[in-house]
Amino acid sequence: MDIIHEATADQLRTDLPEFRVGDTVKVHYLIKEGSKERIQVFQGIVMQRRGEKISQSFTVRKISNGVVVERVFPSHSPHVSKIEVVRFGRVRRAKLFYLRRVKGKAARVKEKKRY
Amino acid sequence: MIGLIGKKLGMTQVFDKRGHLIPVTVIEAGPCWAIQKKTKAHDGYDAIQLGFMEIPEKRVKKLVTKPLQGHFKKHNRKCYRYLKEFRLKIYKDIQEDEQLDVSMFTEDELLKITGTSKGKGFQGVMKRYGFKGFKATHGVHESYRGPGSIGQCATPARVFKGKKLPGHTGHATVSVKNLRVIKIDLERNLLMVKGAVPGHRNAVVYIRKEL
Repeated sequence: MDIIHEATADQLRTDLPEFRVGDTVKVHYLIKEGSKERIQVFQGIVMQRRGEKISQSFTVRKISNGVVVERVFPSHSPHVSKIEVVRFGRVRRAKLFYLRRVKGKAARVKEKKRY
Repeated sequence: MIGLIGKKLGMTQVFDKRGHLIPVTVIEAGPCWAIQKKTKAHDGYDAIQLGFMEIPEKRVKKLVTKPLQGHFKKHNRKCYRYLKEFRLKIYKDIQEDEQLDVSMFTEDELLKITGTSKGKGFQGVMKRYGFKGFKATHGVHESYRGPGSIGQCATPARVFKGKKLPGHTGHATVSVKNLRVIKIDLERNLLMVKGAVPGHRNAVVYIRKEL
C-alpha cells in the first residue's frame, strides 16, 4: 500500500486550505462545456470527508432555491481551483448525514471560533 | 509477443490528462531476466524464458528444486522465483541474459494481462453464471436461488454435458485484453493500467504487449 501511495504522491495537492466536517466552504470548480471553460462556485456545509491520499473526497451540501444539492468533490482534483473556508462549524459527528432528515432550526451548524 | 512477469500491488485512483479521476491497478512489473532462449531449430518454437524475483542465496536450497537449480546454473543465472515463457513472433533479437523492464511499454499502449482469479469456492448458479433465480414472493417455495429445470424427460433421459450447474468458482486463469497503460514509473518498476486485473493483491500476473 505504501508503494501505491508513493507512486501517486506527485498528484497530491498541498495548496488547498485545511477544513473540517461542519465547516462552510466555497469550492471554485472548473467546468468544461464543449470548448468553453468557466469556474463555478459551490458553497455549502462539508458533510463528510472520506478516503485517504489521492482517493480522498468530500461532500458539500447546500440548499439552492429549496432544492437540496449534495456534491462530491475529489480533494486533489486539478479541477478544484480554489477552496475558501467561509465559516468554521462546531459539530460532534464525523459525518453529518443527520442533516438529511432534520429541517429548519435543527439543520443549523453552530459556529466555532478557531484560531 | 513479449511481455513481463509482474506482481499486482493493488488498486487506486489517479487523475488523467483531462483531470478525471480514473481507477487504476498498480503492478510491480519486472525487472525480468531472459534466462533461456528457445529457437525453432532446436526446440520447435521461438520463445524466451523470463525469470522474475531473485531468490537470495541462503533461501535457494529450500525454495528451488535440484533440477531447476541445474537449469539456472547451466545458463549462469541466479535463481528466480517465477519463470514464464513468452512466445516470440517479432522481437526475435532478444538474447539470453538480457534484462527487461517496464521501459518496454509506453503510455496509452494497450496490454493483455493474464492472472489467476480470486477463488470463490463452491458457488451456486446465480453467482457462478448470473442466473436470475426465482421470485422472493408470488407463491415461490423452497427454491429461491436454484437453477430451475436442467433438462427434458425420457428423451434424452440424461443431463447434457456442459450444463451450467453449481460448482467450484474462481481460481481460474483469466486474461483481460485492452488494458490501457496510464503511467509508468521506471524508478520503482511500476506500471499503472486502467481498470481491474485478475487476482488478489501480491498475485503474479503476466503482462503482454498486444500485437
